[in-house]
Amino acid sequence: MDQAVRELSYAQAIQEAMAIAMETDERVFLMGEDIGVYGGAFQVTGDLVERFGADRVIDTPISELGGAGVAVGAAVTGLRPIFEFQFSDFATLAMEQIVNQAAKMRYMLGGAVSVPVVMRFPAGSGTGAAAQHSQSLEAWLGHVPGLKVIQPSTPYDAKGMLLAAVADPDPVMIFEHKLLYKTKGPVPEGYYTVPIGKAAIRREGRDLTIVATSIMVHKALDAAKTLEAEGIDVEVVDLRTIRPMDKETVIESVKKTSRLLCVYEGVKTLGVGAEVSAMIAESEAFDFLDAPIVRLGGAETPIPYNPELEKATVPQVPDILAAARSLATGSR
Amino acid sequence: MTVAQAKTKDLPAGANLPFIYREYSAERLKQALHKMYLIRQFEEGAEESYTRGLIHGTMHLSIGQEASAMGICMPLTNDDQITSTHRGHGHCIAKGAEVSKMFAEFFGKTTGYCRGRGGSMHIADVTTGNLGANGIVGGGIPIAVGAALTAKRLKSDRVVISFFGDGANNEGAFHEALNMASLWKLPVIFVCENNGYGMSTSMARSTAVPNVADRAAAYAMPGVIVDGNVLSEVAEASHEAVRRARAGEGPTLIESKTYRHRGHSKSDRNRYRTKEEIEDWMTNRDPIVRYENELMEFGIIDQAGVEAIREAVAKEIADGIEFAKASPSPEIRNLERYVYTETV
Ligand SMILES: Cc1ncc(C[n+]2csc(CCOP(=O)(O)OP(=O)(O)O)c2C)c(N)n1
Ligand SMILES: [Mg+2]
Repeated sequence: MDQAVRELSYAQAIQEAMAIAMETDERVFLMGEDIGVYGGAFQVTGDLVERFGADRVIDTPISELGGAGVAVGAAVTGLRPIFEFQFSDFATLAMEQIVNQAAKMRYMLGGAVSVPVVMRFPAGSGTGAAAQHSQSLEAWLGHVPGLKVIQPSTPYDAKGMLLAAVADPDPVMIFEHKLLYKTKGPVPEGYYTVPIGKAAIRREGRDLTIVATSIMVHKALDAAKTLEAEGIDVEVVDLRTIRPMDKETVIESVKKTSRLLCVYEGVKTLGVGAEVSAMIAESEAFDFLDAPIVRLGGAETPIPYNPELEKATVPQVPDILAAARSLATGSR
Repeated sequence: MTVAQAKTKDLPAGANLPFIYREYSAERLKQALHKMYLIRQFEEGAEESYTRGLIHGTMHLSIGQEASAMGICMPLTNDDQITSTHRGHGHCIAKGAEVSKMFAEFFGKTTGYCRGRGGSMHIADVTTGNLGANGIVGGGIPIAVGAALTAKRLKSDRVVISFFGDGANNEGAFHEALNMASLWKLPVIFVCENNGYGMSTSMARSTAVPNVADRAAAYAMPGVIVDGNVLSEVAEASHEAVRRARAGEGPTLIESKTYRHRGHSKSDRNRYRTKEEIEDWMTNRDPIVRYENELMEFGIIDQAGVEAIREAVAKEIADGIEFAKASPSPEIRNLERYVYTETV
């Protein structure tokens, strides 16, 4: 039977996924700050507390380290917590539990346990919230073996990947760009999953590959439309998962186009683009490159408050256009 | 407290007046009212500018909590320091900042206290001892302890105040900081402005003890509860804590019970508290109305004097907004400035 497809916002898609997870699995519950009557800082949990009650939609005190630890403890003993950080920036307060405990517990115990915890992180800039509420810290967690780190870019993926995360036996960290919450897209009703660890080709092209993450996928697609009119045929790869990374899809794309541009919001240096570039440099795709790889990432600064500075801090469509044009014509 | 009570026969004149009337000159008492109005009108001005699209992002207003910021800062000198919170406009003004440079910051201008990089949530004025608001709940508490360690090591007379909310008392940083401060007898005062809620979560739903001040026992320091909407009560507790700190007797935890009239931030649907509760605090326990009535009752100021203060403040606010509007925005080419110390 075909499932009806509706237009939902990214936030609604996540909410629906959490509702389905709770309906179908008694072990699933939500924890986070102000996720109950308040509905979550970005209204992602919304009215779920009314449907599922306060003991499955649990408001925690403002205790990120403790809260994350409680989620890890519940996960390792048989429950399926979905833990919402109010802002991804507050992952820094919980690093101990995420990095030293959740990520390593299975390994340290020689495989005797697993830690099926899901953590959700509203991330990114563009809201005027300045340096401590606008960061993109996914690469931090991407550096830790034991974690899986995903960045869905569409409502469809947001739902399917969250359900895949809940079903996953290992800790899955989901970075959700705040500016995506209100974007809409088709979402089927009911249960489905989108695999973790698999990139998506959002647009096929011959001249140039853009590997993008999260909101940058949309900016890349915008740029690709303009470039098409200029005769530059861009392939856009939505990485979707940064750990484990789908090397094959990226390598195949670069082998086809021979040019690679990485676009991501996190700070450029030592970020996702560095990994993608190095991975290509180490692969058979290296011999196919017709020009040096180009990275567009966040500027080497905290996110400023002033809105013009804030915009200038992260890649925008004109930056992608400029980089793609010079890359398309550049040579080794 | 009424005038009749204040003039009880057997006692020397003024002996049982509330603390601040025994401690401060009429001039300083009037200045305190001026500053409380300045805080209130600054925030109303910021709120209006936000509505008009002149300020972006979000902000957290402390309207209703002015006596708390003011009372705590009364015994402080410019050399004393504070760490503040996301709800920090009042602290900043009470400590001595200029509202024009605060507005400029909120407008994202180079003339702002943080040169347009910080905004409301990171407002600071290091020149008057405000080490900064903080976007991280509890983030300023250990920093205040560090500042107090400096004060002690350098044998200065300085004390450090750490402002934070009730919600912050459940962060690990709070507990670790209080322990070290007490262990090392540092000149720091922890001021919990308990407005009943951390965002939507009430004290009862977040905290295992009824009063934040109860936590003091675990760290062997005095825990004092005051009515945060009564200026004199707050100032009195602050005086005693400052005395202790300067005398090398160590930290104090003051819990100032108060209320925020506005929502948590700009995105609050106010679903977690009743209209009646908000109304009650606004109409019956407004800290400015309360203090103003007291001043009039004790004959320290009259209606004309109050009007004069309000007008002066309104002008200061209007001028501040004009200054902010007229100030230049930062240039994009300076995007990566101030990340590291410039060595030229
Ligand atoms: C570490 C951290 N967690 C969560 C938040 C989001 N947040 C900002 S203010 C706030 C409530 C703080 O409550 P309280 O300490 O009582 O201060 P109030 O807002 O009442 O002044 C929350 C949850 C944050 N900024 N930092
Ligand atoms: Mg509070």
